[in-house]
Amino acid sequence: MSSSYAVLTTIIILLVLFLYLSWVFVSIKVVDKEQKGETTERRDFLFTASYALGAVGVGVVVWPLIDQMNPDASVKALATTEVDISKIGLGKTITVLWRGKPVFIRRRTQEEISKAKNVQLEELKDPQKDEDRVKKPEWLIMTGVCTHLGCVPLGDKGDFGGWFCPCHGSHYDTSGRIRKGPAPTNLEIPKYEFVDNNTIKIG
Amino acid sequence: MSEEKYVPKSKLGQWFDSRLPLLTLAHHINDYPTPKNLNYWWTFGGILTFFLIVQIITGLVLAMHYVAHADLAFGSVEHIMRDVNYGWLIRYLHANGSSMFFLAVYIHIFRALFYGSYKAPREMIWIIGMLIYMLMMATAFMGYVLPWGQMSFWAATVITNLFSAIPLVGESITTWLWGGYAVGSPTLTRFFSLHYLMPFLIFGLVILHIWALHIPGNNNPVGIDIKQLSKETVPFHPYIIIKDLYALLIFLIIFSGFVFFVPNVLGHPDNYIEANPMITPTHIVPEWYLLPFYAILRSIPDKLGGVVVMFAAVFILMFLPWLDTSKVRSAVFRPLYKIFFWILVIDVIVLGYIGAKPPEGMYLIIGRIATIYYFVHFILIMPILGFKEKTKPLPLSISDPVLGDEDKLSSEKTMNNR
Ligand code: HEM
Ligand code: FES
Repeated sequence: MSSSYAVLTTIIILLVLFLYLSWVFVSIKVVDKEQKGETTERRDFLFTASYALGAVGVGVVVWPLIDQMNPDASVKALATTEVDISKIGLGKTITVLWRGKPVFIRRRTQEEISKAKNVQLEELKDPQKDEDRVKKPEWLIMTGVCTHLGCVPLGDKGDFGGWFCPCHGSHYDTSGRIRKGPAPTNLEIPKYEFVDNNTIKIG
Repeated sequence: MSEEKYVPKSKLGQWFDSRLPLLTLAHHINDYPTPKNLNYWWTFGGILTFFLIVQIITGLVLAMHYVAHADLAFGSVEHIMRDVNYGWLIRYLHANGSSMFFLAVYIHIFRALFYGSYKAPREMIWIIGMLIYMLMMATAFMGYVLPWGQMSFWAATVITNLFSAIPLVGESITTWLWGGYAVGSPTLTRFFSLHYLMPFLIFGLVILHIWALHIPGNNNPVGIDIKQLSKETVPFHPYIIIKDLYALLIFLIIFSGFVFFVPNVLGHPDNYIEANPMITPTHIVPEWYLLPFYAILRSIPDKLGGVVVMFAAVFILMFLPWLDTSKVRSAVFRPLYKIFFWILVIDVIVLGYIGAKPPEGMYLIIGRIATIYYFVHFILIMPILGFKEKTKPLPLSISDPVLGDEDKLSSEKTMNNR
């Protein structure tokens, strides 16, 4: 964020320079006429330039007021979570909280995996292969946030044997892909890695 | 509006008034000429002002005990309910006051629709009113988040996620609104700050609303201009004030019924469960006064589409003065519009009902039809009706329908040369 502030400040300094130079430039042009008492162009220009500078100044002050609402350092610091997955039985899901959002960790059955793999990509609203959504087929890890308006979908429900969002009726399949309902995209896959066979690190 | 310039009687009054004309203002409000044929549908403006003040006073008191933090908010509301002296009363007044406020505003808005009060020269009154209405919705939504129950949390999640439908920048906007990667404590504190601020913005707009009203003066049930101030109007004080107060008293009886007998019927029991980001309640609904828009949102099977259409449903009202092409204001003289007006009322109630039901089967179909009709009313019916409808003859003056035609022709002094 501080880098964008630097960019902004630079732009403003350039603007100021530009205004100053054009003022000098215009002054040279109008100074003759003004001596003959023919014009007030120079004064008009000064007014306009002052207001413009003022507006730019307001812009500089407003940005920190806007940016303070973005996630702060302490929120960003909670970026990773480690989870022990050794106790999750076949066909079971656990939900953990990561950055204030639920994350589903599901140990899929063979049947679910083959069901997810056998879907034709043309049938999907947001086409994505099951292989691209998992690191190990047995483990499906995704944020449990409906891509419609953010409710938490319910597991083992819906027309496609995966998840169903009760809020406005979105159905997801066993790979967490959107199949029916208002949600536009598949359930998101967070950044994660297997630390060892029993532990994953999210974030 | 009164004919001669007002001068305070006392020397002190004159000294004061020539430096700050507050007495002139008070005198203007006192004497403000009001059409003598106003009916009880005109008392809701006063009721609304009263309820804004109720919300501000009770809110101020709640804010003395409430703690805006995700870990403490829910507990602090329970603390208000159980420990704070009369805390239960103040909270129930505030929570139900908000419902009464919306009930009054809906009546007030439909009144304007029926009597064509949004038409020239009152467009500014209408537009400012719409801004007030939108701010009210934002205020009430943020207030509903403050107790940090399950409904609070999931309402906050669903509503802020509406902005994620915006292409490209949607996600940055929601992150910015939340101050995190999901609704959480930073969201709660900023909502509290804004919930505190907005009623005062509304108050400012109310002043503009009334100012804009006092330029052309009130519309009235027959919807024609005042021809003769002295014969067709009565001063605001005492005639209108007393009538407004009477209506307010009756409204307060209903309000008390809610507060003292069924303080929680308009709320949702799930909001007495503390917010849990891991579980969404199986059936989430907004407060009753937002249900029609919620139904519109859900009737569109596409994310961006739903959001756009829902916002359009609110914004279209802003353009009403230009969508309505009829020269006649009051529905009393518009036999067809009168029918369509009532169909619209029913349509909005149906939308409200659908908004409270799960979006499936019949409900979804009815919701879609009602949504389409809502827009058809404003985009097609209103403009076409203005050209096609054969309106009934208008009376010559507002006294006419009451007194017969004795003072029909004595209109040498009109509102315009006041
Ligand atoms: C336009 C005026 C206002 C409206 C429509 C409004 C609406 C609401 C609503 C619907 C709630 C949730 C009630 C519940 O379910 O518990 C609420 C809560 C709250 N409001 Fe307001 N409010 C208004 C003005 C204010 C003002 C001016 C303040 C502060 C000075 C305030 C402070 C609070 C506080 C502290 C709460 C949380 C306590 C509680 O939930 O009862 N409100 N408001
Ligand atoms: S939030 Fe899941 S369907 Fe709307």
